[in-house]
Amino acid sequence: MTDWIDIAALDDVPARGARMVKTALGCVAVFRTADDQVFALDNACPHKAGPLAEGIVHGTSVTCPLHNWVISLETGEAQGADEGRVATYPARVDGGRILLDRTFLQARPTSGAAA
Amino acid sequence: MTQHLIVIGAGMATGRMLETLVENGADYDITLINGEPRGNYNRIMLSPVLSGEKTYAEIVTHDDAWYADNSVTTRFGCFVEAVDRAAKTVTLTTGEVLGYDKLVFGTGSNPFMIPLPGHDLDGVIAYRDLEDTEKMMGLGPDHKCVVIGGGLLGLEAAAGMAARGVDVTVVHIMGHLMERQLDEAAGYLLRKALVDKGITVKCAANSKEILGEDGHVRALLLDDGTELPCDLLVMAVGIRPNVKLAQDAGLAVGKGIHVDDQMLTSDADVLAVGECVEHDGAIFGLVAPLYDQAKVAAKTLMGQTDAFVQKELSTKLKVTGCDLFSAGDFADGDGREDIVFRDPARGVYRRLVLQNNVVIGAVMYGDTADSNWFFGLIRDKTDIADMRDTLIFGPAYQGGTPLDPLAAVAALPRDAEICGCNGICKGQIEDAIAAGASDLGAIKATTKASASCGTCTGLVEQVLAVTLGDDFVVPAAASMCGCTDMTHEDVRRMIKSRRLTSMPAVWQECGWKTPDGCHSCRPALNFYLLADWPLEYQDDPQSRFINERKHANIQKDGTYSVVPRMWGGITTPKELRAIADAADKYMVPTVKVTGGQRIDLLGVRGEDLPAIWKDLNDAGMVSGYAYSKGLRTVKTCVGTDHCRFGTQDSTGLGIKLEQTLHGAWTPHKLKLAVSGCPRNCAEATCKDIGVVCVDSGYQISIGGAAGMDVKETELLCQVATEDDAILVIKAVTQLYRENAKYLDRIYKWMAKVGLDWIKERVEADRDALVERFELSQTIYRHDPWADHVAKQTERYQPLANLSLEAAE
Ligand SMILES: Cc1cc2nc3c(=O)[nH]c(=O)nc-3n(C[C@H](O)[C@H](O)[C@H](O)COP(=O)(O)OP(=O)(O)OC[C@H]3O[C@@H](n4cnc5c(N)ncnc54)[C@H](O)[C@@H]3O)c2cc1C
Ligand code: SF4
Ligand code: SF4
Ligand code: FES
Repeated sequence: MTDWIDIAALDDVPARGARMVKTALGCVAVFRTADDQVFALDNACPHKAGPLAEGIVHGTSVTCPLHNWVISLETGEAQGADEGRVATYPARVDGGRILLDRTFLQARPTSGAAA
Repeated sequence: MTQHLIVIGAGMATGRMLETLVENGADYDITLINGEPRGNYNRIMLSPVLSGEKTYAEIVTHDDAWYADNSVTTRFGCFVEAVDRAAKTVTLTTGEVLGYDKLVFGTGSNPFMIPLPGHDLDGVIAYRDLEDTEKMMGLGPDHKCVVIGGGLLGLEAAAGMAARGVDVTVVHIMGHLMERQLDEAAGYLLRKALVDKGITVKCAANSKEILGEDGHVRALLLDDGTELPCDLLVMAVGIRPNVKLAQDAGLAVGKGIHVDDQMLTSDADVLAVGECVEHDGAIFGLVAPLYDQAKVAAKTLMGQTDAFVQKELSTKLKVTGCDLFSAGDFADGDGREDIVFRDPARGVYRRLVLQNNVVIGAVMYGDTADSNWFFGLIRDKTDIADMRDTLIFGPAYQGGTPLDPLAAVAALPRDAEICGCNGICKGQIEDAIAAGASDLGAIKATTKASASCGTCTGLVEQVLAVTLGDDFVVPAAASMCGCTDMTHEDVRRMIKSRRLTSMPAVWQECGWKTPDGCHSCRPALNFYLLADWPLEYQDDPQSRFINERKHANIQKDGTYSVVPRMWGGITTPKELRAIADAADKYMVPTVKVTGGQRIDLLGVRGEDLPAIWKDLNDAGMVSGYAYSKGLRTVKTCVGTDHCRFGTQDSTGLGIKLEQTLHGAWTPHKLKLAVSGCPRNCAEATCKDIGVVCVDSGYQISIGGAAGMDVKETELLCQVATEDDAILVIKAVTQLYRENAKYLDRIYKWMAKVGLDWIKERVEADRDALVERFELSQTIYRHDPWADHVAKQTERYQPLANLSLEAAE
């Protein structure tokens, strides 16, 4: 069952940007694309745990700020020649608010262990 | 016995419903009541009426004869004031009370009026009905009008009035027009077309107040202080379902009047159709679904079963010369992919959004001939796996040719400047080719294009290729990134010669293959645009690498380093104390002296940045830009102040240079040093720009490096006075900003364009370069720390903290 929790207003996250949400099990990065889709991923790059929330968002990907790995926001998969995956979580926008799924956030492995 | 049906509102939805009832010979006595003093007309055609392409008579859908022929009793020009569901009667504003067996609400919606001060002045109108349209039509060529709202309705109003010669300004709060239907690139093309029609477009503009005179509107005041004078002000910022009457009657109402699939409200004898309803959480603003609702409502009234289903919607803008189409979904869903096609030559833009091999959204601008085909693919959820590669070219091109990488250059007008150094336009190159020049050498010899700094070589070659066709093969040059076929140099020239002042403009005119670039081109474009158009372009933090976005250097563990400015490397006990206090307070693990004579606080947590900056600001320190592709540091020796060898005040010059260059963005980092004598204690001759003081003045040299490459600077010139030294350094910095490729240090740029060329330009254009540098600095010479502390500290905090919550 999905248990959506209201996190913040969509406008609190810049378009083509991200903000970080703290959870008991580590940080989740919430991304907003140019066309107002939102995605939630572990805030730790599969390469060396770089903070993805600080990357450059383009299309539906983010480039890690540490060594430029490109991560798909949809699948969490590293793109191109790089290999690795970061956990993704359900996220959606409703009436200008960003919602995340509580059950998923609780079920997530501790940050970084997914890599 | 024939039942009595009362219909409230003669709108587009109820009109269609009445037709269906009449066609099927439904057994009802019908009374139609309409607030507007007329019957049903085609509201969406008000725009062609406004622009003069149609007359009101042509858009009437049901005239008096129709109502008479079909025994529809009418009450026009009066409103239903109250509904008594128990007694089954309605009361009109005329006092008349009518009984019903079945009642239909078709009350449409009300235009939303922003409650700005002055919104009730005379001459402030919406755009909804014939009265509004007639007020706009009453304006003549000597009038001014402001339209608030850059959506479908606002733009149709603007274009219609512009066609009548009215001086129209559109004020839109978002960054681009029609942002609900269009992405930025299509929004850019639309804006361009409207500007060509003489309409002024102001995006990202906030209205503050409507100013009046003798009770009539006089001007719109924006929150940046701009006053836009106007004789009429049209607000087209959205609509709200008109539910007041239904609510007062006790019907279930949310955003709209709640209806089920049969269009029944919470009362089984009352139906509702059109923009006033809410169905399954959705409200409506386009006619296609309203027509479906109308048919279902008619069926329900006739005792037949049918169900209303929401479908994909498409929009077209009814402005002559702006071919624009948008359909489907851009807003949510996983696993989506984009296909983008741009043809700069024809001003065409197409974008498809795919999900699981099905098209779910489409935006088209410039050529919408295939829009129905694409809309069909969306509606029918056609599997497009087999035609994926050529899909974007439309039905005629299945198996067609891929996009021509030369299209952008082919599209340039003859007067587009290709060679900036020598002022050579495309036309002159074409003429030279016509006169026999067939390779780069011949073009250089005959026109001088690309004969100076050489950065336009790529474009000259492309003009050759476009003009000569197969007879000229463009030597392969590395493109900027996977998003485009153009090189950095090509793109820079395009930005200048086509006056591209926004990122979507560059993406469109240079044929970008992605919707919004990537981590490699976006920072470069952001720099090029802000360097070339400091006033027009607004810096985009989201296109900057994190260090420049957060004004601190990210470290491998995700913490940051903080380096306050110490002008010329000079500090004071007070500053040192403040730094020490900050290091203690924020538990900074490492405090280090840098190679550029600054103090670096390493290991600061991202969330603490605004607080530590505030403390340092309070002690008089500002950001050291230690993270920037911009002016880093000016290193100095103590010069005549203390050193027995000093020939000039090297420290003083260093401080002045740092203060004047502070905040300037450059293609790569820019480090300077000033030494007081040729003993060169400040190591000036391995900096990007170095000054060595001598008895007779200042030797300015450039292009040093002491990183991956080690290089000694080369002498640019020697000047006699400190003032001249500062001017020359500003000029060469500006020349570098205007011409170098992003991420080229000065020494790399110098290797490409040659020191002689740089000398020549600085000598010939010094004052103009300095002037442009100063213009840019009026915007960029500031302390970003103070800015962020004042305006956006929350961006540094987590969006939410669920650490307690999730543990439950
Ligand atoms: C200028 C313009 C251009 C448009 N262009 C397009 C387009 O290109 N494509 C598109 O799909 N849509 C377009 N639309 C939107 C479209 O016109 C509407 O979606 C449609 O008209 C809504 O129909 P409706 O029957 O719900 O309401 P309306 O057509 O608004 O009719 C409602 C009627 O009810 C009357 N009424 C309200 N309350 C009462 C009351 N208490 N008693 C008596 N009468 C009452 C009102 O006076 C009004 O005449 C456009 C709208 C405008 C204004
Ligand atoms: S460079 Fe010359 S003036 Fe400066 S400290 Fe060294 S010796 Fe003295
Ligand atoms: S020299 Fe290398 S390791 Fe040292 S700070 Fe510079 S980049 Fe990092
Ligand atoms: S940690 Fe993300 S690319 Fe290295």
